[in-house]
Amino acid sequence: MANSSKKLSLLKKGEKCIVDSYMDENMQQKMLDMGCLPGEVITIDRFAPLGCPIAISVAGTVLCIRKDEAENILVKVID
Amino acid sequence: MQNTNKKLKVALIGNPNIGKSTLFNLLTGLHQKIANFPGVTVEKKTGSATIFNSATGDANYLEIVDLPGTYSLYPNSPDERIPFEVLCDPINEDHPDLVIILADGTNLKRSLFLASQVIDLKIPSVLALNMMDLVQAQGIKINPDELERRLGIRVCPIIARKSVGIEELKQALINHLPVPTTYVYDTTLIKPTLLAGICKELNLKSNYAALQIANHINTLDHFQISKEQQTNLKNLFVDVEYDENKIQSFESLERYKSIQQIIESCVRLPNEKKVSFSARIDKLLVHRIWGYAIFICILFIIFQSIFSLTEFPMNFIDETFTGFINIVKDFLPQGVLNDLIVKGVLAGIGGIIIFVPQIAMLFMFIAILEDTGYMARVSFLMDKLMRNFGLNGRSVIPLMSGVACAVPAIMSTRTISSWKERIVTILVTPLMSCSARLPVYTLLIALIIPPNYIGVFNLQGLVLMSLYLIGFIAALMASIVISGFIKAKQKSYFIMEIPVYRMPRWSNIGYSILDKVKIFLIDAGKIIIAISIVLWFLSSRGPGEKFEKVNQKISQLSSDTTNTQKRLHLESLKLEYSYAGQLGHLLEPAIKPLGFDWKIGIALVTSFAAREVFVGTMTTIYSVGSDENLTVKEKMRLEKDVLTGKPRYSVAVGWSLMLFYAFAMQCMSTLAVVRRETGSWKWPVIQFLYLSGLAYFTSLIVYQILK
Repeated sequence: MANSSKKLSLLKKGEKCIVDSYMDENMQQKMLDMGCLPGEVITIDRFAPLGCPIAISVAGTVLCIRKDEAENILVKVID
Repeated sequence: MQNTNKKLKVALIGNPNIGKSTLFNLLTGLHQKIANFPGVTVEKKTGSATIFNSATGDANYLEIVDLPGTYSLYPNSPDERIPFEVLCDPINEDHPDLVIILADGTNLKRSLFLASQVIDLKIPSVLALNMMDLVQAQGIKINPDELERRLGIRVCPIIARKSVGIEELKQALINHLPVPTTYVYDTTLIKPTLLAGICKELNLKSNYAALQIANHINTLDHFQISKEQQTNLKNLFVDVEYDENKIQSFESLERYKSIQQIIESCVRLPNEKKVSFSARIDKLLVHRIWGYAIFICILFIIFQSIFSLTEFPMNFIDETFTGFINIVKDFLPQGVLNDLIVKGVLAGIGGIIIFVPQIAMLFMFIAILEDTGYMARVSFLMDKLMRNFGLNGRSVIPLMSGVACAVPAIMSTRTISSWKERIVTILVTPLMSCSARLPVYTLLIALIIPPNYIGVFNLQGLVLMSLYLIGFIAALMASIVISGFIKAKQKSYFIMEIPVYRMPRWSNIGYSILDKVKIFLIDAGKIIIAISIVLWFLSSRGPGEKFEKVNQKISQLSSDTTNTQKRLHLESLKLEYSYAGQLGHLLEPAIKPLGFDWKIGIALVTSFAAREVFVGTMTTIYSVGSDENLTVKEKMRLEKDVLTGKPRYSVAVGWSLMLFYAFAMQCMSTLAVVRRETGSWKWPVIQFLYLSGLAYFTSLIVYQILK
């Protein structure tokens, strides 16, 4: 279970995961620029009241990304 | 001795939200200029600084460009193209002699990504390592000497907020920073022949600059290269397999590996992490109920302040300026020149500076919200809601500010990073009922709506509220339609950093207010004065003999001050015979289906200066009549339709006129600001046409139904 990749958008509040890969090349560059490399730990901080965007803690900062953007990030959940 | 008179060109670069503007303000003080970078509407701040060498006492002159905040040299938006173009193109007019790279000590890994890219371009650089107080507070240990050795450039630890370490940084800048000798990540192994070819063709010193150019080979529009060079460059790519996306991400990952080694050698992170102060505040400020409640309260405070706190300074400016105009009027000899200066130029200037209190007030609040980090939370809260209408979380502030005045509101759309969503916000903001419509609404409501009560509600008040609501709904509907028409220039990402909360820095807020007021006064001011002169000409000159006769009579009257009644009558005739009056008559066939006559036509023309001019124009037109004690409202009420004998201002005409003013783009200042903010006349023209069309057809339908 822990080893299968899933989309970041499917995680729940408080869950932690490791960045596996990106499915959109341009977005990958943008995330790399911000220090969000494969292997970094992401924590889901909270969802905006309408379910989107999502606030995530990663690489020492808090980022805000839209749900459809989170769909392009494949992660591995850690317990 | 070196030539100390030559200005050193310095570029300041760094990630967003790490104190770049604080450092820029510290280095340059009030010696700042704002313009746009050539060809794009990205704000370009330049400032000058004089630094005295602490050893020799020589003065050094620096010109510092504040580059837009970015995370890397790979551009994702127009803002982010600028650092790439300025730093990788040696012939760019802003290409610096040296670079100050600002880094966040609390997130060194990410800061070094951009820093190492700049170092690898082989431009003399210094790393300003900021937030050293937070570094200490968080228990992070950084060894600056080791960092200096590993990066190959000077490292100056600073605390920009507390002005610590700035003098050392300044001395470092003027002490002949060397060209970095080693690459943090050597890109030579990636396509060596191609990169060498690019270096040779463009005379570049760095392989990495060549790689950056190779990655943007199809978007070098702003580069200073000849057609021939362009063809030569393209030829280098023939038979070379080059996938820029793959190379970019490969390069980024390898670069991070090098950075990781540097970090391990000179940074020690604490073992445990505390739940940050920001995370605790956010439990409340982005809460699903409290978050919105607090945001509404903040909006409420902002608009109350824009309306009520600016009333006094605006009245003060109005009165002082009117006094000043009267002095000038008496001082200059009578004649056309006097008239032009007083009613054209000075009236135009008066119409500009009256906006200053509102602009200053709105930008004070916006600067505070930005500086504390709250603005990012607003986007977080509002994004989904606003996206339904083709807008962005950051559109809320401009739209709401539009209720006070569209001019500062449109200037505040710069915080919207997506080009498309910003344009849509600019286009619909004038639909929000601004304060200049209020005098028009109140006059017309008093004319056509009886002051009755429905239960506890005053009917006139309800109608006024409904007009504001109609404007708001129209703005949202228009956004949906317009965003369907505008194509996004590029795929944009919403991804943004949510910065930690900080106390606002009052000096930064002061600078921000100053910037916005300057931009408005200078850039929009020019256009507003020009239109004001045109309007003066239209309403004070006229064709033919009739106009001349009336004009002569008025000048004969000028010594006789007792005959006010006759004077008013002549002024009214003069307006009718003027070009504006002729335009009113000319417009009549077109606006008749809306229930308007030529008198309203004149008011439509003159109130282009500002909507509230409608009331003034009506007062002049209706100065005719036997009883001079009647107000303009009473005179308009007594006006009869020549054909039917019924009151001229019927309910149908009143509504038609109110809705016309609710929708029409009757404001030259707004047009001037849209021109300034979008960088071309295209958008103000489109905006003017669509809003005029919307106003015309709404009024037409409403009048025909109610008639």
